[in-house]
Amino acid sequence: MAPAAIQRFKRPLLESLLAIIVGFIVGAIVMVIFGYDPIAAYSALLIGSIGSLDGICESLANATPLMLTGLTFAIGMKSGYFNVGAEGQAYLGAIGAIMIGSTIHLPYGVHLAVATLFAMLMGAIWSLPVSALKAWRGVHEVVSTIMLNWIALFFVRYLIEYHYYEPGRAERAMPVLPTARYQVLGASLTTVIFVVVAFIFFAYFLLWRTTLGYELRLTGSNPEAARYIGINSTRVIFLNFFLGGLAAGLAGATQVLGRPPSWTIYKTLGNVMNLGFDGIGAALIGRNHPVGIIFASIFLGILSYGAKFMMYLGVDPDLTRAINGVIIIALSLPELYRIVRRFITGRETE
Amino acid sequence: MIVPKKFGWFIIGVSALIVTLFSLSIIGIEPTDLLETTFMAMTPLILAAVGECLDEKAGVVNIGLEGIFLITAVTGVYWAEIVGDGVGGLIIGGAIMGGLIGLLFGIISTYGKAAQVVAGMGLNVFGLGFVPFLMVALWAFPGIHMFDPKLVIKTIDIPIGGEIFRLSPITIFAIIVVIVIDVILYHTLLGLRIQAAGEKPEAIDVAGVNVNHIRILASTICGALTGVGGAFMPLGWFGGLVKEITAGRGFIALAAVVFAGLDPILAAVSSFIFGFSEGLAFTVMITPGVKEVVPHYFIKMIPYIATIVALAIVGSKRFPKALAKPYIRE
Repeated sequence: MAPAAIQRFKRPLLESLLAIIVGFIVGAIVMVIFGYDPIAAYSALLIGSIGSLDGICESLANATPLMLTGLTFAIGMKSGYFNVGAEGQAYLGAIGAIMIGSTIHLPYGVHLAVATLFAMLMGAIWSLPVSALKAWRGVHEVVSTIMLNWIALFFVRYLIEYHYYEPGRAERAMPVLPTARYQVLGASLTTVIFVVVAFIFFAYFLLWRTTLGYELRLTGSNPEAARYIGINSTRVIFLNFFLGGLAAGLAGATQVLGRPPSWTIYKTLGNVMNLGFDGIGAALIGRNHPVGIIFASIFLGILSYGAKFMMYLGVDPDLTRAINGVIIIALSLPELYRIVRRFITGRETE
Repeated sequence: MIVPKKFGWFIIGVSALIVTLFSLSIIGIEPTDLLETTFMAMTPLILAAVGECLDEKAGVVNIGLEGIFLITAVTGVYWAEIVGDGVGGLIIGGAIMGGLIGLLFGIISTYGKAAQVVAGMGLNVFGLGFVPFLMVALWAFPGIHMFDPKLVIKTIDIPIGGEIFRLSPITIFAIIVVIVIDVILYHTLLGLRIQAAGEKPEAIDVAGVNVNHIRILASTICGALTGVGGAFMPLGWFGGLVKEITAGRGFIALAAVVFAGLDPILAAVSSFIFGFSEGLAFTVMITPGVKEVVPHYFIKMIPYIATIVALAIVGSKRFPKALAKPYIRE
């Protein structure tokens, strides 16, 4: 890589690294306060997640949906929107995948493709009220997306309980048929990860190499200029949230069509819950850049899978989500980097 | 004070409420049950919404109300068990804990120049993860904690026509808070400074007032009030604690703030409306003849749908000019 490019990415990389360190330090302090051993807990986390091939596969499998929910948030941020609707849209994607995957009979390949696309579409449809409310009624997307997340939770639970439950095992939906399953690569990692990475690069191409993407980005970076050159803001809103919805729907689908051993969702929605919120961290750590998000998601995947191994020490695995929250807060602070840098080098920076 | 100006609307609202209650009583829903739940559901919303009004007037936007609700629900119960009193838990684990979070949020929003919406969302994600961890760390049992019923804050029982209407003293406290905040905001020097901190911070800076201090104060009050609301949920209302206890109410409170256009009294009114929708959902769910026909999942959606519809009706409102912008002296 050329030195200029390194220079360009150096500061964002250091900022993300610093935020991650702050997150781990706060996590360690919390563990000490409650009488746990942070060093033992963190090493259990790391050995469990990246200490074996199975662990690496599981971590990558955990990272897969976060890449997409992170992308949803990042696309929103590119136009200056705070889209936290990936959570609910992922639920819809998951049930969409089951609707096609477990009830319709189609040949392998075709079935998989149809189920995947339908799941994406379901996620995107769930984004339409958000866009309509924002474009025509000026309703802020944070409130409308969170409300829709809750509505989605009850709606999907209703669909599972009343229409798509597995006979004899009412606590979950029908698993998808073998013709609608991605091939297993190892542990619970499947080929769906390639579809996800391809989708991310598609989004990258769309955002940086097309006029449409330029319009989306200009609306975020310079709304006045965007208005001045006649960019239709209603169109930008709808496109942005629709694209985000496609990604979030696919995130839900990965947990059904591409996640052994269950190949389905439970009525608690436990295996799709909080994907949207974890994705916010992925987007922010990855600096809202598609490639950054891939690596940030892998980091969070390691964290979330490894967290299970902290349980042997009595530490609740949800602590890693708290660490994720601290990382997000640290990333919201531009001053933090400046202060630490001044502390280390002893001089004022640019 | 906005109520005298809109007295006509107030009368219309009360009459509409009476008509609604009467028609609901025909299909078998008890009006006293409904109003009881409404007042309970309204209390945390009012406290958080009024705090957020003050905060946003001063130029700080804290979308982390849900996170504060979550954390203080747990710390409230924890401190109630330590001091052996529900109100004590509400004060220490609710008001003081919430105030500390608000103080921290105020400092990073002013001196830290934080992107406040991002930091607020970070607070929510933190709460989402920290609360299950905290519950295991404190009580060694995941996700649910039952506490001594003696710790539940006693209600005031008002007999109405043979029925007993149970009102929590915290609800009365919340209504008093609304009036106090309204008076402070519109009738005192401090209120003027708070409004200026959000609209034209350079004006009070020139007058020798520290903008950041005003904002940190507002943020701390907002956190403390939200904390009381968070601790109220297990201690004053449900009588138990689960890790999803807040169920998005922090965001419903935010919606109430937007709905009210940052006016404390209107925020209380909108909290009542959202509380009513929640009360309706609760009572309809247990009404015989309804629960067999309509799946309870649809009834549970009512408060969230009501929130969206209410916001769609009022549309966009005017917000302070310097909202969410750190003040940098030129």
